[in-house]
Amino acid sequence: MKRIISILIENKSGALARVVGLFHQRGYNIESLNVGAVFDGSYSRMTVTTRASENDVEQITKQMNKIIDVIKVSDLTEGKHHEYEFILIKFNKSFQTSKIQKILKPINGKILESNNNIIVMSALGPSSDIELALKSIGKNNLLEVVRSGSLGLHEGEGTLKI
Amino acid sequence: MKLSGGDLLMRALKDEGVKFIFGYPGGANLHIYDSIFKQKAFDHILVRHEQGATHAADGYARSTGRPGVVLVTSGPGATNAVTGIATAYMDSIPLIVISGQVQSHLIGTDSFQETDMMGISRPVVKHSFIVQETKDIPRIVQEAFHIATTGRPGPVVIDIPKDKTDPSKYYQYKRLKEVSIRSYQPRVFPHPGQIKKACKNILSAERPVIYSGGGVILGNAHKELIALNKLLKAPVTNTLMGLGAYPAKDKYFMGMLGMHGTYQANMAVHNADVILAIGARFDDRITNTPSKFAPKARIIHIDVDPASISKIINADIPIVGQVKESLAALIKEIKRSKIKIDSDSIDSWNTQIALWRKMHGLDHDLYLQKNKSKMIIPQVVIQELYHATKGNAYVTSDVGQHQMFVAQYYHFNKPRRWINSGGLGTMGFGLPAAIGVKLAFPKREVVCVTGEGSIQMCIQELSTCLQYNLPIKIININNQALGMVKQWQDMNYGGRHSASTYSDSLPDFVKLAKSYGHVGMKVTKQSQLKSTFEKTFAMKDQLVFVDVYVDPDEHVYPMLVAPNGSMKDMWIKKNTKA
Repeated sequence: MKRIISILIENKSGALARVVGLFHQRGYNIESLNVGAVFDGSYSRMTVTTRASENDVEQITKQMNKIIDVIKVSDLTEGKHHEYEFILIKFNKSFQTSKIQKILKPINGKILESNNNIIVMSALGPSSDIELALKSIGKNNLLEVVRSGSLGLHEGEGTLKI
Repeated sequence: MKLSGGDLLMRALKDEGVKFIFGYPGGANLHIYDSIFKQKAFDHILVRHEQGATHAADGYARSTGRPGVVLVTSGPGATNAVTGIATAYMDSIPLIVISGQVQSHLIGTDSFQETDMMGISRPVVKHSFIVQETKDIPRIVQEAFHIATTGRPGPVVIDIPKDKTDPSKYYQYKRLKEVSIRSYQPRVFPHPGQIKKACKNILSAERPVIYSGGGVILGNAHKELIALNKLLKAPVTNTLMGLGAYPAKDKYFMGMLGMHGTYQANMAVHNADVILAIGARFDDRITNTPSKFAPKARIIHIDVDPASISKIINADIPIVGQVKESLAALIKEIKRSKIKIDSDSIDSWNTQIALWRKMHGLDHDLYLQKNKSKMIIPQVVIQELYHATKGNAYVTSDVGQHQMFVAQYYHFNKPRRWINSGGLGTMGFGLPAAIGVKLAFPKREVVCVTGEGSIQMCIQELSTCLQYNLPIKIININNQALGMVKQWQDMNYGGRHSASTYSDSLPDFVKLAKSYGHVGMKVTKQSQLKSTFEKTFAMKDQLVFVDVYVDPDEHVYPMLVAPNGSMKDMWIKKNTKA
């Protein structure tokens, strides 16, 4: 099943490579990965999504915790959580334009650029909705797609903080 | 006082109590070598290949419990060290590997002798540093030692670009009072609730087994292990890495378990109702098919590394903590507990094990038998060696049949006496490891048991032994073939010995030893063994290379039946399953 793992990691050169390397070394696959420095900038927050069984995800989080630069790890899928993904798309202006706009409307579809030939739009929503939207637009109608990968945090009072 | 980067490094190593550095100079670490020349706190041991440096430091670490230190240059120096780093990583050995790197402004330009050491070593280190500011060298060294030696130990790489040791730039030396790393806090003490549960389970057991691994040795917990079993009277088995943690002479000791473990140890594990696993990791060379492992047992698993627990075999009672502290807590709890061990059950369980031992146990008196075949049997070499050294030697080994024969037939009664590459299985380990051990214990007998295959993977270190006058004893179990490979080919590939023999092209090891300035002897008859060993160990100041020609057709047994076998499924001799 799909797992969303949140990681706090020291903002040091090579730290990201250790996390990515570990997935490969241990035979797990990364579906999406997002990383950015937060708060004082001394550490970053990563969101990694992967497909793994209960046992595998336990191993992944344990192995992740062993990386010296990793400060904290949490499997968000263990409890209730928010999960969002942001996309940018580019497509040719055509008779499909209004259809695409309609599909993206429920996921905060926004036009960022529109000229005689192309349209650039952004959208934001749970990755499952994003997935569905991209499918109904159809890959033949798109020139480019950029996905941020999932971002996630715990629902309610629970936090992942230093 | 202000110091250059190289001198900062020397000072930091001195403050960590370093006695030896094993290394090899080259362009990128020359500033450091100049600093080494000017200091007196430790000795530098010049090896003949960087793999030798890492194994020697590793042998030093395994035998003393203190971290081994290595210094190599960039590029090929660094890549040559990688096998030794991986060897230490798999067996959780604390090493500090300092690699020179090209100058900062050249990094990434494919400059001469440049390689991305941080990248190439990443999967086989506990942690790694690259020095970006010279002033950080003392802090990085302190953190590296702290990380390498605490929690589950392991190798740490420090990559130092050449400009960071520039002898014309000076910095203040500062030593931290205490190392504190916010993202690294290994657990020391076990959870009391888990200790209570473990206590109840182990005391109620009818067929308990203690399965202890290298973690007991690394965690200096052998005394606690012995004290624990004074209370439990349970049969004990050690992994390959754990040999010596529990005295082999003890009546509850069953020998090693696993792939080439004893019949009684494997049967006991298979039939146990409670298994207390201590500092072990249920390696695939132990469990055979994991789904068939110990079907009736509840598993209590103590380990400092949470990731080792329930990785292969699910633990019913996981205990995360240092082995020493965890065993101490368990002993205390057992003494306090109202439950007493079920003596009748334990007695009959131990009787059952004695029965298994009698049925298919190892014959430790093979050396007393008259040898009809005239070829020496390798097992006999180890038995004679055991008696010649009174069981007191530090024994290093390489990898293959000879390694298993030592594990089976040399009875280790103390920890840190058996030095071998268990996890990675690195041929070439034995001789350089013996160098590290001999430097640490110059007055003790240090024996390297090897094979004619393995020894040739690091034979150049014979020269190092001459330079530093290290009278190691090398016992070369010469079966004129890659014995373990050949055994598998005999058993699984219809006897087709693909690329495993070379009997017509072996060197004359006696002459070879002599040309390196040592003593060489060749033995071909069992009747010569005892007297040759007597002569060998009488030569206190000489390295002696004993080339023992043995029966090339001998196999290691028992051997677990794979694939899909359980631990009770064993070959006990050629073509015979138990």
